[in-house]
Amino acid sequence: MIDKPVHRELGLTDEEYEAIESRLGRRPNRAELAMYAAMWSEHCSYKSSKVHLRSLPTQGSRVLVGPGENAGAVDVGEGIACVFKIESHSHPSAIEPFQGAATGVGGIVRDILSVGARPIALLDPLRFGPLDQAHNRWLMGGVVAGIGQYGNSIGVPTVGGEVKFATCHTSNPTVNVLCLGFAPRDRLIQAKAAGIGNLFVLVGAHTGRDGIGGVSVLASRTLDESSHESRPSVQIGDPFYEKLLIEACMEMIDAGLLVGLQDLGGAGLTCAVSESAARASTGADIDLDEVQLRDRTMEDFEILTSESQERMLAIVTPEDLPSVEAICERWGLTSAVIGRVTADGQVRARLGGDVVAEVPARSLADEGPEYSRPMQPPAYLDDIHDDDPTYSELLMDVGEAFRQVLGSPNVASKRWVFEQYDSLVQGNTIAGPGASAAVLRIEGSLRAVAVSTDGNGRYGYLDPFLGGGHAVAEAARNVACTGARPVAVTNCLNFGTPERPEVMWSFAEAVRGMARACEALDTPVTGGNVSFYNETEDSAIYPTVVVGVIGILEDYRLMLRPSFAAGHVVYLLGETFPELGGSEYAEVVLGKVSGRPPGLDLERELALHRLIADGARMDVLASAQDCSDGGLAVALAEAAILGETGFAVTVPGDLPPHVALFSESASRAVVSIAPERVESFEALAREHRVSFARLGETGGPRIVFDDLFETTVAEARDVYEGSIPGFLSARREAG
Amino acid sequence: MKPRVAVVTFPGSNDDRDALRAVRLFGGEAIPVWHGESDLHGAEAVLLPGGFSYGDYLRTGAIARFAPVMDAVRDHAASGRPVLGVCNGFQILCEAGLLPGALIRNRNLAFICRRVNVRVETSRTPFTSGIEVGEVLEVPIKHGEGQFVAGPETLARIGDEGLVVFRYCSPRGEITEDANPNGSTENIAGLRNEHGNVVGLMPHPEHAVDPDVGPVGGQPLFESLLSSVLATASS
Repeated sequence: MIDKPVHRELGLTDEEYEAIESRLGRRPNRAELAMYAAMWSEHCSYKSSKVHLRSLPTQGSRVLVGPGENAGAVDVGEGIACVFKIESHSHPSAIEPFQGAATGVGGIVRDILSVGARPIALLDPLRFGPLDQAHNRWLMGGVVAGIGQYGNSIGVPTVGGEVKFATCHTSNPTVNVLCLGFAPRDRLIQAKAAGIGNLFVLVGAHTGRDGIGGVSVLASRTLDESSHESRPSVQIGDPFYEKLLIEACMEMIDAGLLVGLQDLGGAGLTCAVSESAARASTGADIDLDEVQLRDRTMEDFEILTSESQERMLAIVTPEDLPSVEAICERWGLTSAVIGRVTADGQVRARLGGDVVAEVPARSLADEGPEYSRPMQPPAYLDDIHDDDPTYSELLMDVGEAFRQVLGSPNVASKRWVFEQYDSLVQGNTIAGPGASAAVLRIEGSLRAVAVSTDGNGRYGYLDPFLGGGHAVAEAARNVACTGARPVAVTNCLNFGTPERPEVMWSFAEAVRGMARACEALDTPVTGGNVSFYNETEDSAIYPTVVVGVIGILEDYRLMLRPSFAAGHVVYLLGETFPELGGSEYAEVVLGKVSGRPPGLDLERELALHRLIADGARMDVLASAQDCSDGGLAVALAEAAILGETGFAVTVPGDLPPHVALFSESASRAVVSIAPERVESFEALAREHRVSFARLGETGGPRIVFDDLFETTVAEARDVYEGSIPGFLSARREAG
Repeated sequence: MKPRVAVVTFPGSNDDRDALRAVRLFGGEAIPVWHGESDLHGAEAVLLPGGFSYGDYLRTGAIARFAPVMDAVRDHAASGRPVLGVCNGFQILCEAGLLPGALIRNRNLAFICRRVNVRVETSRTPFTSGIEVGEVLEVPIKHGEGQFVAGPETLARIGDEGLVVFRYCSPRGEITEDANPNGSTENIAGLRNEHGNVVGLMPHPEHAVDPDVGPVGGQPLFESLLSSVLATASS
């Protein structure tokens, strides 16, 4: 007999409990209830978000695997599939930053592996509170070290990401991680438990009590004062085991030994078995006595929902079992046949010969609740829109404002972070951290894939619809600035509590904005992740859409870099409007997060991407740099710092200087061009109907904004490179 | 004939495939060897690659030294044939007693991935035979435990016998504190044994052979190795 309050402890509502009863036609037992609680949690079931996510465009000629699988896949040519997915691990990282972030890496890598692809790159979009607080420095240090330790140890390069700072992330850091893999497109595998009588083989680490309730306790509730007590719900990673798992699974895949492969992540064995069976319309008989345990006293529900890391579930024919076991043994991995595929659609678990749980696979995996939660625009929006920083007076020298914006941790160099990541292993990193987008070559080919992650929380806060759109546009623009053609999107939606109508409204708006941008830019969504409950009593995070875009570069020798070289002509592509709302300048110089984000004209955006792609292919452009955070001034300065080459420019137009320099109008890029290519470039830009302005020339050690201010590349570099290390060393002494 | 170079894969090796690729790029026959094997398939030279052998949870290289393949590597080294340890491979050679000293956590206690410059201090190894002393090579490092240390007597012997092969330096070849990424004693980035046939270094020459993905300071090491092997084989 189950008293109703138990289900509440597990995170199920009374209505959800009743739904379970009616599906089973009886009361669930303790183990069954734990299985439903995990699978019907927000984290696993997307119960609050599904209704909105359906509006995202998911079709495209290149899409091989769309949303709903462990990871998306697109055809990138020459018979190669690029598999990619992003996930969040914010809640565990808030409590235990090192292990929280490390196991986030482990989880996403297994997602890529379960589609049959070798993981080839990681990107980490991170958001923390301001660095003047010791707690935030502790969180950042731990998260970065955890990502580094895990990623470096498994031999997958970490090639990019973001690091941003805002007060709203002090209690709620945002830790997202994207993984990319390559596989021959005809060898992708599915996480399907197909073939009656086939075997479920659990490969990898032993199962322990760690992570029980991870999805329902940690990831599907807000953090509060007592959250540190849920530290035992944070799993501990073992990257060495993961490395063995990667190599062993790749060997099995290469040898064609797998019917299906499914990772064990949130909700553990329950999720892996029920999802793989539901996908194949089969059932599963699982013998929990066969699961290798760290602790023999574990109870049925614990074995079923443990989130112990570094485990994979292989579906194998009885004939291939000896070969699978031999590969596991060679790599020093334990493997155990824990059950077989059945025809009756039930997930049946036995322990000591008794059936301890018996529920329909579909009811766990596909028939979770779905909510259209109430929505309402937040009250703060009206006041904040009226306070447009574009028309606030600049009360300091524009050169000083430039230094402040360039030295803002949001804009400044993230070298302190990315030097802790191995970005080189596997030997295919054409462009790594610090570039607009990372570029990974396909081994043995001139083809490469460009990838960038972007998102602007301030924009989401001021206008979630535009926040969603800008995230797609900016990530695609960064990819386009390498000369690649953006082709597909994955997304991580980081929000507060979905039961709050304001949060749900922001979520719906953000998804709508993202959908619109994905349609216009012809970049379908192939998967993603929703992370709700990123709020504590006193603050919720900004509605933060993080988008990962991948693009195809047909010949990486024609790749564009952002850096300037001497003797070139500098142009600004696109138009600058008086748009300082939500800008870096407004926050850093004026202390304001207000107004409206820049407008977004997706036709202009697409035209810009096409111009840069053509310019790269025709070898007309010498460099290209996205112009967004910090505006034109920062884009120029970064290109100069990266290329160790100065410039002299005149800011065009009749906007006030600080507006022209720091406006974050969308759909712009800074390019440089060899003098002999200037005519062909201008003709090309006209053809694409992209407006352009000639700004000046590159060369020399100085940075000159004509009639406004000047500095040197060396000084700008000191500001740019010195900011984050300065925060960390000076503040460390102060405690 | 193609010079044959064995590359050992330990569980946890990460740069083994990069090393195999680099060997092939310079015309060698790259032979993958598993840690559990007891011979090197008749290879003329052997390379221990980077990574985290057996997870390196105890101490870097501390478990790998007991791998079955290490007997073959010791025999190979004792017979005077070339052995190269890169990063984790260097750590393993030190643990195995094939090279002096030890590698501990970087001075800043963090993993460091960046391009550095190293100055070649001796041509008397099969890996630097084609390189002039004083030449500066640009190569990447990527390690958490690359700070070279040794006791005073060992250091004196290293100095007396001229065992230093590479030192971290400025782009112009000056040995400065600024150019020392990890706090290594005397900026030591790589060492050889008394006979010169065993060399270990923390930087990654196999990640510095292809201009499309990095610097090219590793090229002369592979060129030297493959021509030394050919010269030995034909003499």
